[in-house]
Amino acid sequence: MKKYIIQSIRLTVVLLVLLCVVYPISVAFIGKMSKGSGGGEKITKNGKTIGYALLGQSFNKPEYFWGRPSAVAYNAAGSAGSNKGPSNPDYLKDVQSRIDTLLKYNPGIKKSDIPADMVTASGSGLDPNISEEGAAIQVARVAKARKIDEKKVMELVAMNTLKPFLGVFGPSSVNVLKLNLALDEL
Amino acid sequence: MNTELTGIIATFLLTLVIAIPLGKYLAKVFAGEKVWTDFLKPLETGIYKLSGINVKEQMDWKQQMKALLTINLLWLVYGFFVLIFQDKLPFNPDGNPGMTPDLAFNTIISFVANCNLQHYSGESGVSYLTQQYVLMFLQFVSAATGIAAAVVLFKAFRDKTTTQLGNFWEFFVKAITRLLLPLSFIIALILTFNGTPASYEGKDQFISMQGDTVNVSRGPAAQMIAIKHLGTNGGGYFGVNSAHPFENPSYFTNMVELIAQVIIPIAMVIAFGFFIRRKKLGWTIFGVMTIGLFMLLIPMLSSELGGSPALAKMGISQTTGAMEGKEVRFGPAASAYWSTVTTIISTGSVNSMHDSTMPMSGTWQLLGMMINSFYGGCGVGLLNYFIYLIVAVFISGLMVGRTPEFLGHKVEAREIKIAAIITLLSPFLILAGTAIASYVFTNYGDASWAVQPKNWLNNPSFHGFSEMLYEVTSANANNGSGFEGLGDNNIFWNVLTGVIIFLGRFLPIIGPIAIAGLLGAKKFIPESAGTLKTDTKTFALMTFAVIIVLNALSYFPALALGPLAEYFTMLK
Repeated sequence: MKKYIIQSIRLTVVLLVLLCVVYPISVAFIGKMSKGSGGGEKITKNGKTIGYALLGQSFNKPEYFWGRPSAVAYNAAGSAGSNKGPSNPDYLKDVQSRIDTLLKYNPGIKKSDIPADMVTASGSGLDPNISEEGAAIQVARVAKARKIDEKKVMELVAMNTLKPFLGVFGPSSVNVLKLNLALDEL
Repeated sequence: MNTELTGIIATFLLTLVIAIPLGKYLAKVFAGEKVWTDFLKPLETGIYKLSGINVKEQMDWKQQMKALLTINLLWLVYGFFVLIFQDKLPFNPDGNPGMTPDLAFNTIISFVANCNLQHYSGESGVSYLTQQYVLMFLQFVSAATGIAAAVVLFKAFRDKTTTQLGNFWEFFVKAITRLLLPLSFIIALILTFNGTPASYEGKDQFISMQGDTVNVSRGPAAQMIAIKHLGTNGGGYFGVNSAHPFENPSYFTNMVELIAQVIIPIAMVIAFGFFIRRKKLGWTIFGVMTIGLFMLLIPMLSSELGGSPALAKMGISQTTGAMEGKEVRFGPAASAYWSTVTTIISTGSVNSMHDSTMPMSGTWQLLGMMINSFYGGCGVGLLNYFIYLIVAVFISGLMVGRTPEFLGHKVEAREIKIAAIITLLSPFLILAGTAIASYVFTNYGDASWAVQPKNWLNNPSFHGFSEMLYEVTSANANNGSGFEGLGDNNIFWNVLTGVIIFLGRFLPIIGPIAIAGLLGAKKFIPESAGTLKTDTKTFALMTFAVIIVLNALSYFPALALGPLAEYFTMLK
């Protein structure tokens, strides 16, 4: 028994060095060559960081495309989903009020045009994407608020739509932050 | 066919393409045969030398278990104190506080046991030191513990009659040097180059496009995410696990993480067949497990892709499926596939919030964890399956009136008793645990704990019951996922699930190893016309029936009170 205890202690120390020093530091070192040097890729405008490429942020002004509802108001230091069950009456009220808000700010769209992702909270609370349908229902509003042609907005949406992986795997999606940046740069 | 379905089909096929050769490789590694990674031998020799280990020393099954338990207990003590004092130790750039003793108790058992139920949140509950030196460390060694235990079982059936089952330390170290570490390295780099943070920089702050000040948690995440999947651990770096855009940046990384968590459990089954020189048995077990996967996956896909009936009633479009708690970049199909594999295997990482999935999906998730051996966790999935095999051998023996035997060894009263105890342990822990929780919730709502029992549940009615049932089931299965609406960071849940995880981990390891050790030591009976063959389709069907009947009998009433009741109320 005593032999096992001593062997366990020594083996644990050796493995701590291998697994917690050598392994992670070499990954971090090689990771310096990645975009964002392993600290997350940043997006800058006029020399200032205005966001991270992968993280969604809150948009609610009419001239911007809106992202998905977030249970944590896009807090990137405390990710969370709503964890609401599908039959929860309070949750269903929330969804109804999100539908009403969308209908109010996007006159001209039909209820049956609204995709589920625009009225449901994402898993992380930081979802950077919306569906193509979710972008489509906002085009008219954004164009009107910016006094530009709808066609121009649709072009930008198309340019910022990420097609399925390799063209055949998974859904397509629209990156809200990049789309809004492109709008500001017009 | 739509791109969401082609995505998951491709993911599954790629998994097999990697897992099957990996299984053959593992069989050779643990048999000590020549493999191309033998250039790592000097590293292993160095580790043995520094640790004072002589790998030539043979152990019987009891010595194996002593070695396993000793080192696991050591990790419990080490990790407990580091977690409590993490605020006073270095590498804490975000200034996070130390853990309370009950939270540290829960967390350390959870990570030593390969469960990774997390009652803290990654961003605010741990430091960079504890993320790496405790949690990530344990993700490696707990997975290696499971694999080493499974190899002990392999050893018992390779030779005709033997008590010499090899050296535990050798299996354990090789599981790390020949499997977990090299693969983690590759996967961590893939993740890093696709956007996952890997550096040691602390929190960042920026002003968003609309002028909000936003804090961003970062840190060495890629290293941990790689091993959390390979080792079927599942404990994420960030609070929402692989739903977080840093932890799982794109559909591609989602495929990588999905493949990473399934390859070792499948490879171990294939390795078993090759190692004991009964390939057909390995393939038969693989077949049963794969049918089990599809029986849970297909209805899950149908309920998630179909969307929420409650939202459909409101008149909005359901073409994108059920999206509450899901991420647009993965979509409902890849989320449903993930939630199936993460529950049948004991990973417990999530890329969508299970609390918000459709009621019937909740049923399949729970059932996956209750059965816990359709592939199952690293090494331990096979050990769980072995118990079902022994029960199936016994029942078939009774049915046809033959002495039950398994691989040429008579299965007698002692082995059956152990198998029966292990079989009964899961329903006992799950049902008793849920019953205690429900009792406390209804009778002691005002108890002055960190979260008062009356505030535990994030959802009313049947779904609230499901939250408690899921938590206890996940603890027993060493899964680690949760219906995260549950207010679980308080002394009641920390202690209850801590105890359940501990029992649900170590007894189901010791039981099968004891049976294997006892069987392996018995006289070998050559196969004859009267032998019950365990690698036939008939016997596979028998095992499958045993699995379904045992679990249906044990859990149907509990499932009926939770997700099934919710499903039927939503139909109204």
